[in-house]
Amino acid sequence: MEDLLTNVDWGEIGGASWDTLVMVGASLFFSVLFGLPLGVLLFLTGKRQLLEQPVAYAVLSFVVNVLRSVPFIILLIVMIPFTVMLIGTSLGVAGAIPPLVAGGAPFFARLVETSLREVDRGIIEATQAMGATVRQVIFGALLPEAMPGIIAGITVTAITLVSYAAMSGVIGGGGLGDLAIRFGYQRFQTDVMVITVALLVIFVQILQMVGDRLVLYFSRR
Amino acid sequence: MIEFDQVHKAYEVEGRAIPALQPTSLAIENGEVFGIVGHSGAGKSTLVRLINLLERPSGGRIVIDGEDVTGYDSKDLRDFRRKVGMIFQHFNLLSSKTVEDNIAFPMKLAGIYSRDEIRTRVAELLERVGLTHHARKFPSQLSGGQKQRVGIARALACRPTILLCDEATSALDPQTTQSVLRLLGDLNRELKLTIVLITHEMDVVRRVCDRVAVMDAGDVVEMGPVTDVFLHPKHATTRDFVFESEHVDEQEMEANFEKAEGRILRLTFRGESTYKPLLGSVARQTGVDFSILSGRIDRIKDTPYGQLTLSLVGGDLPAAQAALEAADVHVEVVR
Repeated sequence: MEDLLTNVDWGEIGGASWDTLVMVGASLFFSVLFGLPLGVLLFLTGKRQLLEQPVAYAVLSFVVNVLRSVPFIILLIVMIPFTVMLIGTSLGVAGAIPPLVAGGAPFFARLVETSLREVDRGIIEATQAMGATVRQVIFGALLPEAMPGIIAGITVTAITLVSYAAMSGVIGGGGLGDLAIRFGYQRFQTDVMVITVALLVIFVQILQMVGDRLVLYFSRR
Repeated sequence: MIEFDQVHKAYEVEGRAIPALQPTSLAIENGEVFGIVGHSGAGKSTLVRLINLLERPSGGRIVIDGEDVTGYDSKDLRDFRRKVGMIFQHFNLLSSKTVEDNIAFPMKLAGIYSRDEIRTRVAELLERVGLTHHARKFPSQLSGGQKQRVGIARALACRPTILLCDEATSALDPQTTQSVLRLLGDLNRELKLTIVLITHEMDVVRRVCDRVAVMDAGDVVEMGPVTDVFLHPKHATTRDFVFESEHVDEQEMEANFEKAEGRILRLTFRGESTYKPLLGSVARQTGVDFSILSGRIDRIKDTPYGQLTLSLVGGDLPAAQAALEAADVHVEVVR
C-alpha cells in the first residue's frame, strides 16, 4: 500500500479536502442567498404570474443566461479584477468564492424558478381567494410547496460547485482540484490524482444522499 | 345579495379579445343555493371567479350586499375575500401542511385571530366536517371526499357569508358526491350561508340548488327556480342537460311514441299531488284508457315531483285533460 502511494502527503490531502469543503460550503451559502430571491423574482415577473413584468423578466433572464453561458473556466479568469476589488486577492480559497457564487447563483436561480412553476396554480388561486397578499402567497404557499424541488436544486447546485471548485485550481484556487493539477497532472503523480478524484467522488455521493433524504422528508405527496 | 349588473369579461389573447362572459345581469339572494350549470368553456368558471374578483370584469358592476366591489383597493379586496369562502374541484390544499394547518391557514393570513381562537375554531370545524381524527395527517393521506371536507372547513374558517363551489364534486365518486352535497345543504341551512355552485352535472343542481342559471357560450340562456327549469326546460342546452341527467335519449323516446296510439300527454306533478292516486280516478270518471310510456318520480331538493308521459285512448279525452289540470297537474300535449 505504502509503495503504491509514494507521493501522497496525507497532511496535504487533508488540508486540501478542508479547503474544498470551505469553498463549496461558502459558495453554496451565497449562491442560495442570492439565487433564491433571484429565482423567486424570475418566477413572479414571468408570463401570467403574480407580478407579471415583461421588461424586468427579460432583463433578469438575460443576465442569468449570460452568466450561465460563459464557461466556468472563462468566468474564473474574467472575474479576477472584480474578485481582487471585492476581497483583495484572487488567489486561494477566498479568491475562488466570488467566481463560484457568480457561477452558482444564476444556476440555482433557474432551478428555483422551475420548481416554483411546478406548484399547482390552483394552490396560488386558493391562497389569493383567502385574501392573501403577494408576500403571503410567496412565503405561506409557494415556497413551502416548492420546498422539495428547491432542496433538490440546492443538492444539484452543491454538486456543480464541487466540480467548479476543483476547476478553480487552474487560477490558484486551492483545494483538491488545485492538488490534482499541481501534483497529479503537472508532476505526473498518478497516485495523488487517484486519491483526489476518489475523495471528490465520495464527497459528491454524500451530498447526493443527504439531499435525497431531505427531499423525501419535505415531500408530503 | 350578489348582484351582477351588465357584467362582462373578455380575455386578451395575442391582441385579440376573446369573450368569456357576455353582458350578464343576475341577482343571488342571501341564503340561497344558486347553481350555475354549463358545459366546459361555457363561462361558468369565469362567472364564479368574478364574484370574489379572482377575475376582473371587463365592464359592468358587481354589487355585494349593497357595495360595489369592483372599486375596492387591494386592502378592501383582501378583507372582502375573507367573507367569501371558495372550494375547488381539485381541492387545492397545501400538500406541505397538515389538515389542521390547512384549515388554520386563512385565519393566520388574516392576522386578526389569536392562537387560541385559531385552535378552537379549527377543532370546531374539524368536528363539523367529521375529520377530528385526521387533524395531524397530510392531504396525501386522505381520500378525495375527505380532502374536499378539509377544503370546506378551510373555506369556512373565517366565517364567510358566501361560499363559492367550483365543480366541487366533479372529481368525486357518486357516493362521496352525495355526502359532500348533503354537507353543503346542511351548512346552507345552519349558517344561512349563500352558496354559489358551478357544475356540469344537472343532478348536483337537482339535489341542492334553489335556483339555477344555465350557461352556453358565455351567455346565461335560462334562469329560474330549479323546479321550473328542471321540469319545463325551454332552451335546447337546458333540455340536453335535463335529459342527460335522467339518462333519457330524446330520439329513442320519440321513436317509442311512434308506436303508441291515441293522444300523448306529459304530466308533471309537483309537491303533494305526486303521491295522490289521481290517474286511476280520472280514468274511471272519464272512461279513458292509459298506458305509461315513460316516467320518473323523484325529488328536486325538498320538493317531490313526478313526470309521466302517457298515451290515452277512448273515453272523454277533453274531460280527462280538464280533470288533470284541475288537480294542479301540469299537462303538456306531446301529440
